[in-house]
Amino acid sequence: MTALRILFLFAFGIALFIAPMGQGNYIIYVLCSWLIFSISAMGLNLTLGYAGQISLAQAAFMGIGAYITALLTMAGVHWIFAVFCSISASFVIGLALGYPALRVQHHFLAFVTLAFNTLVFLVLRNEDWLTGGSLGLVGIPRPEFGPFNTMMQLPFYYFVVVCFLITAAAMAWMLHSPWGRAFKALRENPIRANSLGLNTTRMTLLAFAIGSAMGGLAGALQAPLVQFIEPGSFTLILSLKILLMVIVGGSGYFFGPILGAGLVVLLPEMLRFTDGYYLIIYALLVLVVMIFSPQGLIGLGQKLLASFKPQEERGDLKQGAQL
Amino acid sequence: MAELLQILVSGLSAGAIYALAAVGFTLLWQASQTINFAQGEFVMLPAFFVLAGMTIFGLPLWAAILTAMVLSLLILGAMFKKLIVEPMLPHGTLPLVIATIALGLLMKESVKEFYSAQGQPFPTLFPQHVLDFFGASISVQDICNLIVAFAAIISLQLFLGRTRTGRAMQATAQDPRVAEILGVDVKRMVMYTFLINGALAAIASILISPVYLAKFSNGETLGMIAFIAAIVGGFNQIKGALVGGLLIGVIDNVAAVYISAEYRAAIPLILLIVIIMVRPQGIMGTSEGRTV
Repeated sequence: MTALRILFLFAFGIALFIAPMGQGNYIIYVLCSWLIFSISAMGLNLTLGYAGQISLAQAAFMGIGAYITALLTMAGVHWIFAVFCSISASFVIGLALGYPALRVQHHFLAFVTLAFNTLVFLVLRNEDWLTGGSLGLVGIPRPEFGPFNTMMQLPFYYFVVVCFLITAAAMAWMLHSPWGRAFKALRENPIRANSLGLNTTRMTLLAFAIGSAMGGLAGALQAPLVQFIEPGSFTLILSLKILLMVIVGGSGYFFGPILGAGLVVLLPEMLRFTDGYYLIIYALLVLVVMIFSPQGLIGLGQKLLASFKPQEERGDLKQGAQL
Repeated sequence: MAELLQILVSGLSAGAIYALAAVGFTLLWQASQTINFAQGEFVMLPAFFVLAGMTIFGLPLWAAILTAMVLSLLILGAMFKKLIVEPMLPHGTLPLVIATIALGLLMKESVKEFYSAQGQPFPTLFPQHVLDFFGASISVQDICNLIVAFAAIISLQLFLGRTRTGRAMQATAQDPRVAEILGVDVKRMVMYTFLINGALAAIASILISPVYLAKFSNGETLGMIAFIAAIVGGFNQIKGALVGGLLIGVIDNVAAVYISAEYRAAIPLILLIVIIMVRPQGIMGTSEGRTV
């Protein structure tokens, strides 16, 4: 880790801390939702950027997490216990869903998860007795930790920041552990990883399940933030948006999904002055980014940086050097 | 019995239209490994070309349809390939998937903003009679849709199997490098595939819009169904997309009446998951073999 990187992390931490100060409730709400979607997108980045599998069900896992947390906390259970249930449920469902799909070929996880997302939406909408149907659940309480009450917007923001930092730290630790290296090996060359004795199916499945569990955590934070959830907020469109966050930011880069989530969450706010045209502009921007830099924004930044750096190349090793 | 026959015919008629979209989907996949997430919007858009031609430029129906066909070939076929697929293909499938998602959003929102957010009635090409057939009432429109869609698919199959260009296209789909060595103009063949997809989307659009009204959000369900039909039938076969489309159409209609209207949309999805688990290459598909 270079000094520059440490400095950058430090500045990022400070920025997270002072960002909401003196802002209105709405801005703080947008910041919270940026952090929550960052967690979700980081989970998808593990599946997509590191293990190389396309999942289109991240919104469904957020939905599962959100509904479990909402139902439990509304029944009087503490948030800490509820979030534990949300994460475990998403993890187990991820395992159960990924196992059959990953036995067969690579694109099938995308297809299975696509179907799964719509199935989850249908269940959430149709099982009124549990989920409140299309009306959703209203009045989800925000967690209390002894004297620290997150009912107000600002304390809730700091609560989300803490959750975000813990998740990011866990993620960074995992990526540097043998697991994380195995995930990268899978993405770079699955056949070689397999021949080196990695159980590729098991590792991919694990990456997918952990990514799904992070979706569940994001959902468990989303429910108390909005205090109202409905099936319509967890459709395929949201999954595609989360996918967009990962790709536009830069999949396979640690900060890619965080940048991407910021863009996807904040851009509509910034383009609000264009009225109805913002989605059109937004779609055009995504197309342009994808055409000119398929590695996403971080990839684009690295390309730009590399073009400014002096090229340290030894002239005598060049092909056709006149010696 | 009469009721079942009625459901079967309307299911087959809808299924044949789904098959058109699914066939295009399969063709693009074969020719360029493009998973087109905007396929639903491709079927939604041509109907609005027709409507715009009729209401804004005052064209008669046949001229509007002709213009829409040409526009579809140009925009959904040639421009899609030149501006989006071609520059992105060397970077793998994923950025392209995202780009087609964005393209779908762009088309949907543009129609909503620049034309209308309401469902538009669409002129029907066929008589609206209802025939009485052994007690079952069967609409002429359904039968005509079925015939047109089948005619399109059969002529496509004949073109691919019986003509020199068609076979060159098949060779390109199977192995572009070998095809190139054997003197096939691979780039042109891929372009033909995109043009055919544009044409199929336009036909599907003109057939389905009188039934469901032309609406900007039609693409969401249509794209999903085309996608499922292609996978259920077999991703690497045109026959497969046809069988998949018909199957989904019939199952959807039967499920709506006999099982549950609430979970109607779930049935094709469950079918998709079951097929992927039991027979991942699809009903008609052949296994693609290992990648090693």
